[in-house]
Amino acid sequence: MASRLIEVLGSGCAKCEMLAKHAEQAAQELGLDYAVIKVKDPAAIARRGVLQTPALVVDGQVKLQGRVLTAERLKDLLR
Amino acid sequence: MKIQVPGRGCPRGKVLYALAALLGAAAWWLVYRSLEPFGQWLAFRALGLGRGTRAGSAVAFFVFEAPKVLMLLAVVVFGVGIVRSFFTPERTRAILAGRRESVGNVLAALLGVVTPFCSCSAVPLFIGFVTTGVPLGVTFSFLISAPMVNEIALVLLFGLFGWKVAALYAGTGLVIAVVAGWIIGRLKLERWVEPWVYATAGGPPAARADAPLTWGERAELGREAVRDIVGKVWPYVLVGIAVGAAIHGYVPQDFMAAIMGRGAWWSVPLAVLIGVPMYSNAAGIIPIVQALLEKGAALGTVLAFMMSVIGLSLPETIILRKVLTVPLIATFVGIVAAGILVVGYVFNLVL
Repeated sequence: MASRLIEVLGSGCAKCEMLAKHAEQAAQELGLDYAVIKVKDPAAIARRGVLQTPALVVDGQVKLQGRVLTAERLKDLLR
Repeated sequence: MKIQVPGRGCPRGKVLYALAALLGAAAWWLVYRSLEPFGQWLAFRALGLGRGTRAGSAVAFFVFEAPKVLMLLAVVVFGVGIVRSFFTPERTRAILAGRRESVGNVLAALLGVVTPFCSCSAVPLFIGFVTTGVPLGVTFSFLISAPMVNEIALVLLFGLFGWKVAALYAGTGLVIAVVAGWIIGRLKLERWVEPWVYATAGGPPAARADAPLTWGERAELGREAVRDIVGKVWPYVLVGIAVGAAIHGYVPQDFMAAIMGRGAWWSVPLAVLIGVPMYSNAAGIIPIVQALLEKGAALGTVLAFMMSVIGLSLPETIILRKVLTVPLIATFVGIVAAGILVVGYVFNLVL
């Protein structure tokens, strides 16, 4: 089973929560061994080089910035 | 990506796509044109309200303006979504990094209009800018113009009042962003930024999808923006139009001339004082603006009110408190409010 570390970057706004929920759902449907971590600290977000939140980081790689995608669309980014 | 649009390099698909867009635009135009007769019919025939009555003119105003503003909004947000797909904050930052002030302030104010920006991202954006060589004042020019020169407000003003008012609004908004940012830069207020900010090493820009976007993907971004923004602001729009309708129907003609007219010098600072703590979306404030103007309020006063509502907002200053100390926030709000004040007075004098 593939394992993924999924981080959702953002200061806890509604969009960030939605992105986290969709990512979780996508990971479950793909049957991944995963963990979702929410990163809210602005300094930590800035260190990733992210300028737009919410952002999605998978295994340390920034995959998405400033957008919320559906679980279906997120699957491509989690595979 | 699951996009229904045929890929590039497929001429037949492109023709179909263009055809669908054309048909959609034609349908939109037909509906848009029939809104006024429909509103009149609904208010005066179907509901049987008298033409000259207050209730009649308030209801007619509402049933005409509400769908009209929402339809304009959908089209504008879609267009802006596509324009913004050509700009990213990373590219904007690369353009601004290491700029001399003045030129940098002007560029930042202009880029603030077209770069995708949401006040919820203001903090990472601020850190990302100031730690990679964008001067503080230039960063502020960007942060001021991004919400102030609002594309939604711009197009609604254009649609409702014509290009002159729209151009005045955009021009003065940009000037305020440039000058306020320049002053903040001159004052050398870096010491009032929370100290940990400059200690944060901004990471290298995170990679974006490498391939340039296709038109299908840009259209997708436009649709996403419509869902996102129109889905969020429609209650503001309806409340704004309801208030506008009440003013339109029940406030006597020229009532506003006494309190918001040119003669009342104190009305401009009062409009700014009321506007700064208020928060509304641009789409919600403009129907109110329209009704106030109609009842004799002066353009400068109304413009100042609108700018202070959408350009300075309490939620955004609370968000920025994470990276800015209170004196810097106060300076920022003070300088921008002063700029709006000047704009209000100048317009009332000149026009």
